[in-house]
Amino acid sequence: MRALFTAVFALAAAVAFTFLLLPLVAIFLRVPVGHLFAQLGDPVTRDALLVSLKTSAIAHACVVAFGTPTAYLLARQRFSGRGAVLTLVELPLVLPPAVAGIGLLAAFGRFGLLGGTLDAFGIQIGFTQAAVVLAVAFVESPFYVRGAVAAFEAVDENLFAAARTLGAGPWRIFLRVALPLAAGGLGAASALALARGLGEFGATIIFAGSLQGVTQTLPLAIYSQFDQNLDVALAISALFILVGAAILVALKVFGWLRFSWISPLRPVTSTSS
Amino acid sequence: MAPLQLDFTVATRDFDVELTLDVGSETVALVGPSGAGKTTVLRAVAGLVRPARGRIVCGDEVWFEGGTHVRAEERSVGFVFQDYALFPHLTVTQNVTFGGGAVDGLLERFRIAHLAREKPGGLSGGERQRVALARAVARSPRVLLLDEPLGALDPHTRGTVRGELHDLLRELRLPSLLVTHDFEDAAAVADRIGVLADGRMRQVGTAAELLGAPADDVVASFAGANVLRGVAEPRPDGLTEVRLEAGGSVLSSDAASGPVDVVVYPWEVALGLGQTDDSAQNHLAEEIVSVANVGNRVRVRLQRLTAEVTTASADRLELKPGTRVVAGFKATATRLLPRS
Repeated sequence: MRALFTAVFALAAAVAFTFLLLPLVAIFLRVPVGHLFAQLGDPVTRDALLVSLKTSAIAHACVVAFGTPTAYLLARQRFSGRGAVLTLVELPLVLPPAVAGIGLLAAFGRFGLLGGTLDAFGIQIGFTQAAVVLAVAFVESPFYVRGAVAAFEAVDENLFAAARTLGAGPWRIFLRVALPLAAGGLGAASALALARGLGEFGATIIFAGSLQGVTQTLPLAIYSQFDQNLDVALAISALFILVGAAILVALKVFGWLRFSWISPLRPVTSTSS
Repeated sequence: MAPLQLDFTVATRDFDVELTLDVGSETVALVGPSGAGKTTVLRAVAGLVRPARGRIVCGDEVWFEGGTHVRAEERSVGFVFQDYALFPHLTVTQNVTFGGGAVDGLLERFRIAHLAREKPGGLSGGERQRVALARAVARSPRVLLLDEPLGALDPHTRGTVRGELHDLLRELRLPSLLVTHDFEDAAAVADRIGVLADGRMRQVGTAAELLGAPADDVVASFAGANVLRGVAEPRPDGLTEVRLEAGGSVLSSDAASGPVDVVVYPWEVALGLGQTDDSAQNHLAEEIVSVANVGNRVRVRLQRLTAEVTTASADRLELKPGTRVVAGFKATATRLLPRS
């Protein structure tokens, strides 16, 4: 029976592993690797890369700038309705990105909730790079906030209390205790959110469209190229796989960093000098 | 007027913690079972929790009363947390100077100068304790609060560190509250001891006062006494006979009648192998449950009693678990506390 158990479970694992790995490997095997990376010089790819880098950088900076204080408050303050707020933050995680796109259109689009107001100031957001930034920020922010709340919650409550009895006010506690101790977790959440933002497709194509050099990000370029020049689509996909792998490695490093902060807190009972 | 006046009630999840205590330039230990509200008292004095009502006054400053609640960061307290709560990402020097104040001399005084650049993760328990103490006193606080400062240490280190802590507290002469669950630690370090149970202060006094005249069974058992339940009845000869709930009876020179707790300290109990002809009035035949070495003494746990005898006596009698012995103690060493 033990042999049967091992065989069945090993087979299931082998099938799952092969299934997950095969498409990734196939991208690199379809055309020679040298030819693949030559496609990254294609104007469509270059434009998309620039749009993606610019919009992701701005969106990510906004998410970290607003998400970090939000997460800190959610992690440290006890107020009624806190659970509801935490759930609300996570809601976009389970929504199809297309719904996010429609929502953004309904809020900021020309005929949307704030569209008229923005229009009065001469601001139009729909189908501009600003729209890409909003779409990316909306979709990636729950990933960051959720991870950041967990990172702040993992900091020992007694360290905050100790800082207070040492005369530290809220700014000093945040900057010298909370931020450094949550850094590993914040870094991990940030990397995960960045990866999600770079891959954002559904909300962007609905809210921002797919104009080459303006709103066409890398994932949108894959979609536009796959029936015109499959090699370009393959090249961008290969790039994503490498970036994704790099982010996962970064996560491991952040995870290790975080562990190295926490582990010294275990009680030590060895004798003193 | 005492430098630190406490009279407050803090509501916790399970019960209210009530405390009325004036602390002079002395160390008062709060002892009691875990969950008795000892740490809550320290947190209230530090301003980390807000009492439901009452008053906390430090010298000429009112820290809490009615609408006044001075923030923790604005009270001048030094707090040594359980497990020390050192900042793991900062060096020893950075930890000690976190609240400001000069580091000069402080590291030497606490014998941690050679660890200045180390982070807490690499330090031993005793070293961490000294860093925590140095950090707590670095800002020259007006009140010192210590939560189980000896709790995270192994028995070997504990004895030494206890002595150092005693000397330090004498030298600082600050109103200090020290929480511990160990009566011996309290007796060794503090000037007075308060026994806290279920959020109420049962008794406050010197170790000798608590040992000599415990207010109730909780205080007696925390002072390390054996507590046996029984019903007392005065005898014509002036002694009191107590019929024990678990069988047998003992005599006491204390006067009492009705339900009582019989209190006998382990060092008043002599052990013999058979019925002995000595001056002790009370003899209980019991089986040994365990034998443990405590320094130069041996603590022998019987079924109902604990006795402390010298190592030499224990060797001579060959005491070991399972041996039947007779525990003898004098009627004059047998305290009776009426049970309400």
